[in-house]
Amino acid sequence: MRHDFQIIADWVKPSAKVLDLGCGDGNLLKYLQNSRQVRGYGVELADGNVLACVQNGVNVIQRDLEAGLAEFASDSFDYVILSQTLQAMHHTEAILREMLRVGREGIVTFPNFGYWKNRMQVLRGNMPVSADIPYQWYNTPNVHLCTMHDFEALCDRLDIHISERIVMTAGKPVSFLRNLTGSLAVYRFERKK
Amino acid sequence: MQPVSTNNASVGVVSPQTARFDTALTLKSGAVLPGYDLVYETYGTLNADKNNAILVCHALSGNHHVAGMHAPEDKKPGWWDNMIGPGKPVDTNRFFVIGVNNLGGCHGSTGPASINPATGQAFGSSFPLVTVEDWVASQARLADYLGIQQFAAIMGGSLGGMQVLQWSIGLPQRVRNCLVIASAPKLTAQNIAFNDVARQAILTDPDFHGGDFYAHHTHPRRGLRLARMLGHITYLSDDVMGSKFGRILRGGSFNYGYDVEFEIESYLRYQGDKFADSFDANTYLLMTKALDYFDPTHHHPEAGLTAALKPAQADFLVVSFTTDWRFAPERSREIVKALLDNERNVSYAEIVSGHGHDAFLMPDAHYHALVRAYMERVTT
Repeated sequence: MRHDFQIIADWVKPSAKVLDLGCGDGNLLKYLQNSRQVRGYGVELADGNVLACVQNGVNVIQRDLEAGLAEFASDSFDYVILSQTLQAMHHTEAILREMLRVGREGIVTFPNFGYWKNRMQVLRGNMPVSADIPYQWYNTPNVHLCTMHDFEALCDRLDIHISERIVMTAGKPVSFLRNLTGSLAVYRFERKK
Repeated sequence: MQPVSTNNASVGVVSPQTARFDTALTLKSGAVLPGYDLVYETYGTLNADKNNAILVCHALSGNHHVAGMHAPEDKKPGWWDNMIGPGKPVDTNRFFVIGVNNLGGCHGSTGPASINPATGQAFGSSFPLVTVEDWVASQARLADYLGIQQFAAIMGGSLGGMQVLQWSIGLPQRVRNCLVIASAPKLTAQNIAFNDVARQAILTDPDFHGGDFYAHHTHPRRGLRLARMLGHITYLSDDVMGSKFGRILRGGSFNYGYDVEFEIESYLRYQGDKFADSFDANTYLLMTKALDYFDPTHHHPEAGLTAALKPAQADFLVVSFTTDWRFAPERSREIVKALLDNERNVSYAEIVSGHGHDAFLMPDAHYHALVRAYMERVTT
């Protein structure tokens, strides 16, 4: 199981209604259905993942997230999750707005570009490759990598209130100089009151 | 990977059966059918709990012959044989599958060409218009007759998908899973327009005789042929027509005349001829009208499809095809949105295909894998 799944499951209230954007094979939703009894839907573009979701017994809607979430009514979900997908999206601001239109809370996880090992690789003259950014520059789906500072600055500009963040390295939470020591960032946020 | 669904396993030789209903059926139009026959086929075995039944609803020109052969020497199997059979996406080793010819059809169920017992003549123009709602009501009687309280699933493409939707709305307690494929919640003006041109071709054929052509021992062959040719154009995509036929000439050069020159002309005329000799013109008219009329929001247009689908209790699989412009993916997404608004369990897939509306009948590995995966989770 991916390291961010447990944190997300800890945050999600039992029986909540959950939308998982870029849900992959549906494993997170399946886990949340089994451990939290959530009602959920996944959104996914890739044919193979859509099939895997159906095989997993997870509701999946095939759609391109870049085009928004037109089928989903405003305020219709308790949580909208975007796990390890934000960095691969072109319309970053639009999807964050859509998440908080459709859901009361948003949960986002992304690889922290500010992690010291990433910085070291850039200093040495190479684009970083790591467990959380496992691609070469020429074959990466990632188009908008950011540091935690960058993400928080964007949230501020979009009137998004960050309610909690957990930062992990190799599956363990870190608490000291997180933008430097953390490899994977997990945020929950809501509209500013 | 899933096994590809082009396996040769078949339900084998099947025989249609006829169920007779003598309780009058009041149709949506107000007309009353005192009694009627429904012709149907079944594949697989109904289990002791009678909870493994699947109803397959047919589209405009379909019928009850969904899978298998009527005789070992048949050239073509039933119309959805690639989908339904032992080990196929809808596995007849597990499910009891029913295909039924809809009321008003021309393959054995009571329709315009049937003899009206009150007159001893073919119904012809006196056969009432039937709607999707009427079909569902008559199919429910067939379910009663077979002792099936609740279907494990009801599935259909195109007009068949509309029947599935109507089941979920009208008799929600009688279906656990709905597979709505290449369908729409209601036709657009453009779609109705195509249907009307097809109808006009039939209605203006001198051999139509106001629908009572049976007594004249003729049938409106030209009109039906044109209607089918038009239909065929709309069921294919521009791409597939281009790649299949392009501008290829049969004789290699222009003849400067009106006989068949381009391959596409040859194809359409062949399809039209074949259909005109095997289908009933009144049934074609009636089926296209049923398509046009279907609109679950008709009585409360302001409340929309979300309100119309509120009674639904089933889980749904909705499937569309990228190059289907007659029942476009956008129309399937309207169904999905209404189901999401009602918090139904729903999965939606948009299959990449070049085959236009016809794609729902074609064997496609991903499409069939999806249906297989969904059906494997259907409980019995």
